[in-house]
Amino acid sequence: MAQTDLPNIVLAANDGQPVRDAGLADSALAVREMTVSYGQKPAVFSVDASFGEGRLAAIVGPNGAGKSTLLKAALGIVPRLSGHATAFGIPVEHAADRIAYVPQRASVDWEFPTRVIDVVLMGLYRQLGLLGRVRTKHLDTARSCLARVGMEDFADRQIGQLSGGQQQRVFLARALAQDADLYLLDEPFAGVDAATEKAIIDVLKALRDEQRTVVCVHHDLTTVADYFDDVLLLNVRKIAEGPVAQVFTADNLQKTYGGRLATVHIDQLRLAAG
Amino acid sequence: MSGAEFIQISLAPLVIGVLSAIACALPGNFLILRRQALIGDAISHVVLPGIVVGFLVSGAVSTWPMMIGAAGAAIVAVVLIETVRRVGRIESGAAMGVVFTSMFAFGVLLLEQSDTSGVHLDVEHALYGNLESLIWLDGTGWAALLDPAALAGLPAELPRIAFVAAAIALLTLVFWRPLKLSTFDEGYARTVGLPTSLIGFTLVVVAAIAAVAAFDAVGSIIVIAMFICPPAAARLMTDRLERQVLWSVVFAALSAVSGYVLAGYGPLWLGGEHAISAAGMIAVTAGVIMALACLFGPHRKASGQRS
Repeated sequence: MAQTDLPNIVLAANDGQPVRDAGLADSALAVREMTVSYGQKPAVFSVDASFGEGRLAAIVGPNGAGKSTLLKAALGIVPRLSGHATAFGIPVEHAADRIAYVPQRASVDWEFPTRVIDVVLMGLYRQLGLLGRVRTKHLDTARSCLARVGMEDFADRQIGQLSGGQQQRVFLARALAQDADLYLLDEPFAGVDAATEKAIIDVLKALRDEQRTVVCVHHDLTTVADYFDDVLLLNVRKIAEGPVAQVFTADNLQKTYGGRLATVHIDQLRLAAG
Repeated sequence: MSGAEFIQISLAPLVIGVLSAIACALPGNFLILRRQALIGDAISHVVLPGIVVGFLVSGAVSTWPMMIGAAGAAIVAVVLIETVRRVGRIESGAAMGVVFTSMFAFGVLLLEQSDTSGVHLDVEHALYGNLESLIWLDGTGWAALLDPAALAGLPAELPRIAFVAAAIALLTLVFWRPLKLSTFDEGYARTVGLPTSLIGFTLVVVAAIAAVAAFDAVGSIIVIAMFICPPAAARLMTDRLERQVLWSVVFAALSAVSGYVLAGYGPLWLGGEHAISAAGMIAVTAGVIMALACLFGPHRKASGQRS
């Protein structure tokens, strides 16, 4: 472990304090002073956030708020201008075995010549390695993951034949195959049908109930209170983070969305008192 | 044509043509899926200035300086394309177009200014190669295939492209999973620990090596055609990458063989007198196969459209 990356932890340990006091070690995912920029303007600016173990959390904010970027920067998919990310107290780069990422559905070419089952088997790459043979147990794992998202009958389909919701479920099945402790999902409910939304949230809640951690980039404010335990409100900078019951307030939403959120809209949300 | 004549005149060009086609088609599959098909085009053009520089520096038409020059030019081009793309903020197709046309034109100027007119290094050679001239004088019969002395007389292009094609096939097999995974979903591939930038860069370098090795024997027309036509036709035959790559190898070999035969005999059949350029005919055949696949391939319907 590269301790030089983690001055906070090292200090806390040196002081003889429990490592959890650093606020990192007991988090499934923690980002510190994360700044990302694609051009002149930062997409994410100096964000500190942490996501507790065994929680189902949402990252919420308007379009262009840097929600997906924050996730990608934490994973090291996009370059960070500054900051670092830890998972379970160690740098994210070294925790690949415990993290499963579900990218935005639109980020890949669904005309790619491959079948549903092959995509799910990609989730077993770290087990299979370069040349390991795909054995019956691997196929069984992949099939049972497809079954968990209700897609077991589609294993041999070409992926381009799936509807948007089915594609999203296949991506979730691939992540399930990784048997991870931390699931990071980028807009898993974007453009999916109601049946898919129900199937996905059921799986995510089941993961949470198994003491795993789930973090979703989410855009639908009306479902935040129903689906999630915790929420991070983001608009380039962090506006608020914490349990939905405490921070999902009209005040915080106004700060996050500015004038873009009509008052009528706010009235329909199940907001926390505050 | 008797067996002996076939072996002397046609065997080596045929094998070289087939191996060149396969060496280019294999990386072509992945370049097309990554929407980088033009990079094969770019590389096969930029090797011209590299070969001229290699010639000027070494002062002789010898293989290694020219190969090194070509490889160097390919790497310079890849770096330039990335630079133009980032600094100029334009899409990569346009960046490739800017870089490879400029470098190719620079190569033509270099050729004209330098003292190369006396040797067989000219623009036509760069485009069409010299496939027909790669005869095997010592191949006097089938027995020559087992005679070490006769085998030593094989054109030097043959063992070179054979080595490159075998190496590319081996690399494709060994790194199949990372290649497929990072081509399909680069962001995800990175989260499972794959060095996706390195994989992408290596793919381009491998394509460059294939282009340089094939360019020498068959010219840039075949190289460009083989990067794109066999994989694109293969995509229309199947919905699985494993089978697509096998189909692309079959189409590449088929183009090379039928194109070579058609170039040699087609004009005679039609009443003409002279054979036509084998390289040109191979590229045309590859295009015809692509067209046939478009018309009759079982997976030509965009698979996203549901019936």
